[in-house]
Amino acid sequence: MTSAESRFHPDRAARRLVGPIFGAACLAATCTGVLALVILLGAIVAAALQGPPHNPWYALGPNLRELAGLVQKLALGVQSSNPARAGYRVGLAGSLWLLGLVAVVGIPIGVGAGVFLEEYAPPGRLRRIVQTNIANLAGVPSIVYGILGLALFVRAFGVKAVALGPTLLAGVLTLSLLILPIVVITTQEALRAVPRSLRQAALALGATRWQMIRDHVLPSALPGIMTGTILGLSRAIGETAPLLMVGAAGSLLQAPKGPLDRYSALPVEIYNYAKEPDTRFQMVAAGGILILVALLLTMNAAAIVIRNRFRRYD
Amino acid sequence: MSTPVDPGQRHPAAQPPELDPVVLSALGLSVWYGQTQALRDITIAIPRNKITALIGPSGCGKSTLLRCFNRMNDLIQGARMGGEIRFDGDVISGDIDAVVLRRRIGMVFQKPNPFPKNIYNNVAWGARINGYRGDMDELVERSLRRAALWDEVKNKLHRPGLDLSGGQQQRLCIARTLAVEPEVILMDEPCSALDPISTARVEDLMDDLKNDYTIVIVTHNMQQARRVSDLTACLMLDDAGQDGHRTGILAEFSPTDILFTNPKDPRTEAYITGRIG
Repeated sequence: MTSAESRFHPDRAARRLVGPIFGAACLAATCTGVLALVILLGAIVAAALQGPPHNPWYALGPNLRELAGLVQKLALGVQSSNPARAGYRVGLAGSLWLLGLVAVVGIPIGVGAGVFLEEYAPPGRLRRIVQTNIANLAGVPSIVYGILGLALFVRAFGVKAVALGPTLLAGVLTLSLLILPIVVITTQEALRAVPRSLRQAALALGATRWQMIRDHVLPSALPGIMTGTILGLSRAIGETAPLLMVGAAGSLLQAPKGPLDRYSALPVEIYNYAKEPDTRFQMVAAGGILILVALLLTMNAAAIVIRNRFRRYD
Repeated sequence: MSTPVDPGQRHPAAQPPELDPVVLSALGLSVWYGQTQALRDITIAIPRNKITALIGPSGCGKSTLLRCFNRMNDLIQGARMGGEIRFDGDVISGDIDAVVLRRRIGMVFQKPNPFPKNIYNNVAWGARINGYRGDMDELVERSLRRAALWDEVKNKLHRPGLDLSGGQQQRLCIARTLAVEPEVILMDEPCSALDPISTARVEDLMDDLKNDYTIVIVTHNMQQARRVSDLTACLMLDDAGQDGHRTGILAEFSPTDILFTNPKDPRTEAYITGRIG
């Protein structure tokens, strides 16, 4: 006993101290984010409390109605030099077009590539190289995709016959490229999370690989895949820079009627209003941001609902 | 179909004691994972309608041997096989369609792994994907009855299979395997995740199933091997080579009562008496 005590130096006090210090450092990191939010909320509440009615909620009803009216006016109006009439109808329509077509073009390609890489591609050096590059592409700044889209789709390297020009389709293809890495990676992660025991159970019954993937692997991975694709789409709808590069119009009075029409997008129009020297346009820009944020929150909420609805394998 | 070569003629040690028709046999089977050899020169002949147990210490390659019979080892990257395996006289160790083979040689896994589907579809799925053209309701009921699960689940066939208890899930997995009408059922430690009562039910079930099927079971539990099996193969690790790696070999293959009461191989004796393992 005594010899063991002389050989071990437990130093319990110091060991016990390290844990709380580390915990406190992590807490401080968390608080940094929360603090910003609290200050923001505090400023809004303080502003509300300074208003003339004593009850800060007094005017909430009529104000909400006014806000709803404003948003409606913004959503329906078109580009105008009069801030009282300016709105986002064309941009909103353009963004919804982009959303729908990117979903049709980008998601099948991304999910397909993810399934191939995870389920079919033979493991080895080539797969590792492709994999690493896709992961790197996910971190490439969006403006780079814009330049790529400009060269590849809008101008087709100068081959006029196939150049799309600044059309909706060019924007769709550029944004599809942009979200591909995200969709591929989330698809692969969702597939990787499917337990091996499930795959073995299917194969041991004499299923082919395709039957296993169709009936067990894909259904099991679907919530993850859908969450990833929705998050990819929300990224696409919020992008401004690549669309500016591939020629989304800043001022357009007509919503596109097809993929080969000129188009605008919500964030591009917000950007243009925000640049106006007339301060009243800044209100229009702020209203547009509200619409965009509402759209994004709806999509992210949908992603969460889908994830929870389909999570039945735990 | 060619005439089955009786491996016993060349390897007297592997001769099954009663001269039952051999359904599954390995002849000089070796398995490598990458550069590492997992099994060396296994020769064994498994008779029809008997329960054959594979026992031996951890890492001796019992599961590897089992998974060679339905080519599930092919799924492991870097796995290679040498030697020959025959099933009903046909060589199945070469370039064959494992999908066809796996319907005829079913498998039950260590941890119950029902599909995240309802009980009915758990049983029906395998039959469906193999193009079963009969009354599916009848097949599901027959399979569940055969797996001694029907009475417990007949009123909740559309409840998720994963809602069942562990023992029931394992019997559901057996029912699922029976539904594709295999000839051989491979069981990889099917009771190691189950409590003693569930284990007893599965063991009873195995005894009942052997009239129609050939069962090969890997078990860590020597009492279980003694209780359920007709024949027991004891696998061992050889002496370490220069790289310190040890390879699995077949030490002894005898009727269960002989292997446990009068083992011929000293390593088997040491293992079953608990001196090594």
